Amino acid sequence: MTAVARPTEPAARRTTDRARRSPARPSVASPRGAVSRRLATAALVVVGLAFLLPLAWLLLAAFDGEASYQTRLPARLTLDNFTAVLTPQTTFQPLANSLLLSTATAAITVAAALLAAYPLSRYRSRFHRGVMYGVLFGTCLPITAIMVPVYGLFVALGLLDSMPGTILFLAASSLPMAVFMTKGFMDSVPLSLEEAAWIDGASAMRALRSVVVPLMRPGIAVVFVFVFLQAWGNFFAPFVLLLSPSKQPAATSIYTFFGQYGSIAYGQLAAFSLLYSIPVVMLYIVASRLIGGSFALAGSVKG
Amino acid sequence: MPALILLGLFLLGPIVWSIIGSFTDATLTGITATSPDWVGLANYERLLADPDFPLSLWLTIVFTVLSAVVGQNVLGFLIAFAMTRADRRAATLAGGVVIVAWVLPEIVAAFVAYAFFSTDGTLNQLLATVGLEGGNWLYTAPMMAIVLANVWRGTAFSMLVYRAALGEVPPDLIEAAEIDGATGWQRLTLVTIPLLRGTIGTTLMLVTLQTLSVFTLIYVMTAGGPGNASATLPVYAYQEAFRFGSIAFGTAIATVMLVIGAVFSVLYIRILSRAEADR
Repeated sequence: MTAVARPTEPAARRTTDRARRSPARPSVASPRGAVSRRLATAALVVVGLAFLLPLAWLLLAAFDGEASYQTRLPARLTLDNFTAVLTPQTTFQPLANSLLLSTATAAITVAAALLAAYPLSRYRSRFHRGVMYGVLFGTCLPITAIMVPVYGLFVALGLLDSMPGTILFLAASSLPMAVFMTKGFMDSVPLSLEEAAWIDGASAMRALRSVVVPLMRPGIAVVFVFVFLQAWGNFFAPFVLLLSPSKQPAATSIYTFFGQYGSIAYGQLAAFSLLYSIPVVMLYIVASRLIGGSFALAGSVKG
Repeated sequence: MPALILLGLFLLGPIVWSIIGSFTDATLTGITATSPDWVGLANYERLLADPDFPLSLWLTIVFTVLSAVVGQNVLGFLIAFAMTRADRRAATLAGGVVIVAWVLPEIVAAFVAYAFFSTDGTLNQLLATVGLEGGNWLYTAPMMAIVLANVWRGTAFSMLVYRAALGEVPPDLIEAAEIDGATGWQRLTLVTIPLLRGTIGTTLMLVTLQTLSVFTLIYVMTAGGPGNASATLPVYAYQEAFRFGSIAFGTAIATVMLVIGAVFSVLYIRILSRAEADR
């Protein structure tokens, strides 16, 4: 992940922060500081390697013609695994389904979250405080717990194996978090600009659309990416709610692939997994740049 | 308010459905699939009588405590703490690797962990280099495998939160303690950790809630097996509902999970609102 290391503006700001803080301690002041610095570095190298080990298999096996579960350097580097899985049925259709599912989910969630966050952010009342706690409560509920009842509900509503149904469920389950984040971003848009719009005769909806939304574009992008990533990675919901093979997103089609050929075609499995993972890693990097540090997305909790 | 409709139908709906459904005898197929009967508390009686339920509850607690409260939380803190003093390139690279494991789609993370612990996997290769021989860890030590896998996958979250929080600890407090002669360990336990109490509390809650609902990782790695040896509540509910076809029984388990989740959520919100009041 060298891309993360390249300093951008915000990254540079972070480093000056740290520069102000830490060198004061280790440098000349105390010889113990230098020791602890070396110890900390060594510990991080060990941790980094330990976390890298499982990933190494994925990277190496994808380019290995005779891959197994062993981690080893490929006898000969090959792209065969990629050419084998790059067929419409194995890769393109599921990835297109994932794209449709995630984009639609993110679009619906962002639109609904904007509408819900606007009154919460702009008017104060006891009622809203209750709603915010309700939203917070919703972000905490274990969504996997409700998959079985959701299945029951979908059978009753006749929504089983329906893309729109699955999209709506994914949107609803990521909505509490999205409302919470959107409200945070909206709170930082100054009210005075909107008051000017109101005086000019704009309605609340109009002020939202032409004043607030343009001002919080980066925030909206972050919420969109966040919901998109969640939907892209979600396995359990499509696994339970979508039945026909032609509707499966990549998450579940990989699982089927694993069941059918997993014991033979490790290399192809790894190649497919890489193809499916790379977009989210890229998007994550883009989003964390956008917000000036990798922390902000963490504040918004996965799952 | 489209948001309210969406929430009401697809989030509140399932919760209400979950509570109602757990009092019926709905099944996956057959007559009772379409017209289930009201059976009162029968599912809960069955749940209490089923020896798998206390086992599953226990496994969920073990999984959550070891992988989230101890593993992710403590390791995340230590990494974040080491990052504040280590070489900057090492910190960035190590942090990057830890984050990649977290950003990967959960199904891919699960495969990678599966490959790592399988008989010919990387772990056994490593053990072989020091002359040890391991079997199929997913079979002989399923709980250890899923706990370690979840630590690998989830530590990034705690790390990121703690790193940001450590950055906000005023350096003059640490320096004052240093001048007063506090050792590094004392500075950490008597100054830094008490200052971060609120962050630690909320992180613990969030990590616990996330871990309670881990399904994919466990399902792909062990499918709850061998037998029920690693079937935490989400896996147990899924198996009962879809493999053994008893939707209603699975729903009853889901309701129990919802109640546990709700208790933790309320605790979390109370910590948050108290922190807000303190400010």
